[in-house]
Amino acid sequence: MAIFINETTKIIVQGFTGKIGTFHAQDMINYGSNVVGGVTPGKGGQKHLDRPVFNTVREAVELAGAEASIIFVPPAFAADSIMEAAAAGIKYCVAITDGIPTQDMMQVKNFLRRFPKEERMVLTGPNCAGTITPERSMLGIMPGHIYMRGNVGVVGRSGTLGYEAADQMKRLGIGISTSVGIGGDPINGSSHRDIFEKFEQDDETKVILMIGEIGGPQEVDAGMFARENMKKPVVAYIAGLTAPEGRRMGHAGAIISSAGESAAEKVAMLRDLGVTISPTPSAMGETVAKVLAGLK
Amino acid sequence: MDIHEYQAKELLSGYGVKIAEGGIAHTPEEAVQRAREIGGNIWVVKAQIHSGARGKAGGIKICKTLDEVNVATGELLHKVLVTHQTGAAGKLCDKVYVEAGTDIKKELYFCFLVDRISERIVMVGSAEGGMEIEELAETNPDAITKIYIEPAVGLQDYQVREMAFAMGLAPELMSHAVKTIKGCYRALRDLDANMLEINPLVITGANELIALDAKMGFDENALFRRAKIADLRDKTQEDPRETAAGDHGLSYVGLDGDIGCMINGAGLAMATMDMIKLAGGEPANFLDVGGGASAERTEKAFRLVLADTNVKAMLVNIFAGINRCDWIAQGVVQAVKNIDMKVPLIVRLSGTNVEEGRRIIAESGLPIITAETLAEAAEKAVAARNQVVANQGA
Repeated sequence: MAIFINETTKIIVQGFTGKIGTFHAQDMINYGSNVVGGVTPGKGGQKHLDRPVFNTVREAVELAGAEASIIFVPPAFAADSIMEAAAAGIKYCVAITDGIPTQDMMQVKNFLRRFPKEERMVLTGPNCAGTITPERSMLGIMPGHIYMRGNVGVVGRSGTLGYEAADQMKRLGIGISTSVGIGGDPINGSSHRDIFEKFEQDDETKVILMIGEIGGPQEVDAGMFARENMKKPVVAYIAGLTAPEGRRMGHAGAIISSAGESAAEKVAMLRDLGVTISPTPSAMGETVAKVLAGLK
Repeated sequence: MDIHEYQAKELLSGYGVKIAEGGIAHTPEEAVQRAREIGGNIWVVKAQIHSGARGKAGGIKICKTLDEVNVATGELLHKVLVTHQTGAAGKLCDKVYVEAGTDIKKELYFCFLVDRISERIVMVGSAEGGMEIEELAETNPDAITKIYIEPAVGLQDYQVREMAFAMGLAPELMSHAVKTIKGCYRALRDLDANMLEINPLVITGANELIALDAKMGFDENALFRRAKIADLRDKTQEDPRETAAGDHGLSYVGLDGDIGCMINGAGLAMATMDMIKLAGGEPANFLDVGGGASAERTEKAFRLVLADTNVKAMLVNIFAGINRCDWIAQGVVQAVKNIDMKVPLIVRLSGTNVEEGRRIIAESGLPIITAETLAEAAEKAVAARNQVVANQGA
């Protein structure tokens, strides 16, 4: 059934009535996502985009049965909104907000760990394009029409590079089970490895494409997990071959600050772990196609 | 965001960390005045640039007379210092910090930083101070102690004691160590720093613990709530192109190649640069124009890329999500008309409203080279660049 979301998942938008929240909520509704309302403190009881506005996430869960949320709240208040969602019983949350302070994210992660695992909300992002289960539900800001339904699970830090991958695959007739953006921040809700675990358990996903980049240990960590615990093949592309050491490449987390964090080193380690590497960013589609062909 | 040593010391001093007496100077005369105020008969003149490893680059001078302070300051001011952390361009030194000489008995290493693996703040210390931690991690990893801090309760005294003993501090220094280390931790937490390094932390002949150097880096995402820290920013230490880009909400990193780039999204930008390299070229820059690229913003981005006189061809690669290709195309056409471009331009558009975007480019009548895929765009950019170089040679 793909992962995290499908056509029945009841979605709320946090930061619903703001300009950005409104724009993307409408876009998600047009795509077919089951948006049941939104939260803007102080505007509870109003209607927006023909759906109810709630004062708190707890109300949205109790009255509208909200299961998933998407956050468009400004950076200063975003960590609070994430924790509110977790405490209210939201199961899956996507934080789109770019620019959340690192210490706020440390606090959020610590807060989430306090819940027993079966009750713990899964967070992806912040600073991501969201999650899409093509042709069924979109919980994000991506151009939905470039995604085709299929068997490849995609996880990546970058939004537009994820679009590039979806587009390459679609041209080759390859579809996606779910595409998850984990975001470009140094401390994020879920790692590549966390998403690998979900894809491994998902019947619809046959192959996983990981779109990584310089900085941090998460891609290699995911590769190690795949070798030890997964049967499904993994394809990876790591962006940033030309990135100089010690310089931040746009994303807050895209910086080579210690050994093993450059693209070349990550590629070498992943290859050793049995991951199939897409040698260039324009070969992501064809590399996935080859691995899929090998399964048949 | 980085700050200077003297700024970090001023901040830490407010948190109970002991530092040597010192002051900032912008001229040799001022430096001599500072030295006179400090008194004593030995001073250290330290270049204030955003880089470590200043000592090896000649940026730290020990002086035994006021005359030497004068000469040392003259040698450092208005000089570009190149350390192995600054890159070849170096950093301009426009002020020095004059500090009382310290009687050093032992040098230690100490820092706090945000650890991405544990998602916690980690405290790192070693009895082997003075050298860089990366070097120590290679030559003697066992000499480094790491202690992770539980975010809910913060740094505990027992952790400080563990660290202090690991650094080889004598029991009589323990209360001073607790004060210093907890002061550093509070500074890190209160000010939203993501890094605080004291290298070396020294034990003096008088058995005191002093921060002889101090380096702090701050989370740029948190500057909105740290106005006093934001004020410490020193634009003279930044690449002026990156500063200009930041002022327009663009993310730019200057590189050594000659193919200029304008791309939406950091990941796609890095991937496009990789593709240029694989096609045999070298990117001149990283530039992420972000999500809402208006015509005005597109023109600013063009000007920024083309301000680099090395640029021999320019590649625009946009995968429109929130953006629309027709808006981008209009921005590109407007920019090319307003700027009088002298180098070939390659444009690849994809995503929302792509047909409309391509039509606008085609009907503009401008000499814009278009490409459908990422690979084709990079190949055409490299070919165009090679043609420019060949023509220049002819």
